Amino acid sequence: MSNKRLIKVPVVSELASENKQAEYLFWVGSAGSYDDRAKKITRAFVKILEHCKVSYAILGTDETDSGDVAKRAGNEFVFQMQAMQNIEIMNSFEIKKIITCDPHDYNVIKNEYSDLGGNYEVYHHTEFIDKLIKEGRLKLNTETFKGKKITYHDPCYLGRGNQVYEEPRFVLKQISNDFVEMERNRERALCCGAGGAQMFKEAEAGNQEVYELRTQDALATKADYIATACPFCMTMMMDGIKMKDKQDDVKVLDIAELIAMSENL
Amino acid sequence: MIVNIIFALILVLAIAFFYRNVSIIAKNIKLGKSVDISDNKSQRWKTMFLVAIGQSKMIKRPIAGILHIFVYVGFIIVNFEMLEILIDGITGSHRVLSFIPYYNYLVSIFEIFALAVISACLIFLFRRNIVRVKRFHNPEMTSWPRLDGNIILITEILLMSAFFSMNTADSILQIRGEEHFVYTGSFLLSSFLIPLFEGFSSNTLMFVERFGWWFHILGVFAFLNYIPYSKHFHVFLAFPNVYYTKLKARTYISNMDSVTNEVKIAMGIINESEAGGEDEVGTFGAKDVKDLSWKNLMDAYTCTECGRCTAVCPANLTGKKLSPRKIIMDTRDRLEEYGKGIRKEGEKFDDKKTLINDYISHEEIWACTTCNACTLECPVNIDHVSIILELRRYIFMEESAAPSAINSMSTNIENNGAPWQYSAADRYAWADELYINE
Ligand code: SF4
Ligand code: SF4
Repeated sequence: MSNKRLIKVPVVSELASENKQAEYLFWVGSAGSYDDRAKKITRAFVKILEHCKVSYAILGTDETDSGDVAKRAGNEFVFQMQAMQNIEIMNSFEIKKIITCDPHDYNVIKNEYSDLGGNYEVYHHTEFIDKLIKEGRLKLNTETFKGKKITYHDPCYLGRGNQVYEEPRFVLKQISNDFVEMERNRERALCCGAGGAQMFKEAEAGNQEVYELRTQDALATKADYIATACPFCMTMMMDGIKMKDKQDDVKVLDIAELIAMSENL
Repeated sequence: MIVNIIFALILVLAIAFFYRNVSIIAKNIKLGKSVDISDNKSQRWKTMFLVAIGQSKMIKRPIAGILHIFVYVGFIIVNFEMLEILIDGITGSHRVLSFIPYYNYLVSIFEIFALAVISACLIFLFRRNIVRVKRFHNPEMTSWPRLDGNIILITEILLMSAFFSMNTADSILQIRGEEHFVYTGSFLLSSFLIPLFEGFSSNTLMFVERFGWWFHILGVFAFLNYIPYSKHFHVFLAFPNVYYTKLKARTYISNMDSVTNEVKIAMGIINESEAGGEDEVGTFGAKDVKDLSWKNLMDAYTCTECGRCTAVCPANLTGKKLSPRKIIMDTRDRLEEYGKGIRKEGEKFDDKKTLINDYISHEEIWACTTCNACTLECPVNIDHVSIILELRRYIFMEESAAPSAINSMSTNIENNGAPWQYSAADRYAWADELYINE
């Protein structure tokens, strides 16, 4: 029988005070911490971690913004201040492995923190879920999404940026027997329009929003679900669906949410 | 003989002029900031073999890709023929290499490639001017870049045609046993043209043969010296430019060392004396070409203006002014102008112009999503994002002229540790009341 349990998310500093250490740091990131839609992704992913009994902890209030958007906007000072604070904290807790749901933070921590003294083994949550499945720690229910068409939007910072194309697809194909690709996919995938600090400003004059164009790609597949793997892509695709007035026909969900749903977590 | 002396003179002049133009380009590239790209040599060679020599990115658009390989391989192969022409020209010999066994088969192979070049160039002309493939007609493709493309294609067709008429006339003269024209055996493709030329007298044919020969070689010299002014310079720079490609993750953006020191001082990790004051902290980011790295500038000279980058740019596809190709073309144009000024007036040169504003507007700079579709698509591994980011750094850190929404985002990060105005104490509020079904 299903039994509701309150999750107490472990915090690195609290574990440390008891002389304990988790294997993985779950890096929540600013979007996952504050953005209402992205918070749901964070919560879904924590359920997966709990369900698979992963040894994890978060930094809690010790975490601060990764600095990614500041850097892409050209403010290297703010970026490096943020990066060095985070590195200092993480190194002081001897963090070795990190998981995050945000491809931007994934990129910045994996590739750019290392120059500043932060060297970690970094996983995107789609890579981590893929790993859990392949290690037999996560058995998926194929009933929930049976007969539902799912398509996937590649986040630029995950796909083109870091060559993570197959893991998200592998995971989705475990829960759906009707996975479809958009016309532009993998390295040719069109951006959702949010990267490079665009998320925080109005778009320049043009004849269309980038997210609208990408939503058209997704809608053309006639999928029931658009899967994403990035909190910013999520915002953009949701905006696109609203703009096209398709909220009732198509749902935009993060891969973590789809997995949590399929397992009814 | 007097002709041989004239030939040798022209050869020397052509090489000297080419050398001069190439060294101007080299000097211009060196106006950029120094960056050390000497790591990972084996990986770099591999990338160069794959992308530049192997054309791996060109074939992602199969039609243009395969045609381009025809022209590329054709040109390299036909250039072996140039070796013979040079020796003949200097020494007065005729087909000096014809002693090589199967010489006529060799020439026949050259002819096959020459035909491939002609056909590919004709199709390219058709695509550019009749079909008007969109990427050749964006706003930055003003009259000069469009003309440049056509000049290159027409010249290549003419050069290859000269090669055919020279061979045909030569074959007939060989058959007629004219003195000087050693019999080599027939050439595969030009032998089909023999009926067209057969009616001519030997004198006319000798003229045709000589004309083809001189046209071919003078054309090659002229073309060689046209290349440094043209997008065609990629035939040389593609190789080093790909060699110096960024090998890190595509979305990696370098950390500014000059900032690292200041941040370490601000955070009390090191003090000022440890930081060592010797490095003059220059401008942050780039306002003009001289603030970019030499690699950025090499990128600019390597661009083939093919527009593959712009054709996949989400900003451009949705009607924004940003076009990654224009960013690169502007950088080259400004560099040419700036370099000319520097060579004329020295360090004091100041024409009151800059890459930002006079060439590239804020509107373009801020429209980029850093999605890297452009860098992935570029067949010669140009890094547009790196230039755009240097321009943003200047606007943000030196001019404080970022869009106001971007400024507030950044201030929020500084004050609350998040790009929005939320309290750092709430970072963890998402975890409240979180239940799992077991
Ligand atoms: S990185 Fe910028 S310039 Fe390049 S394709 Fe994306 S939006 Fe366009
Ligand atoms: S930057 Fe690269 S892709 Fe863009 S036009 Fe130049 S060569 Fe082509």
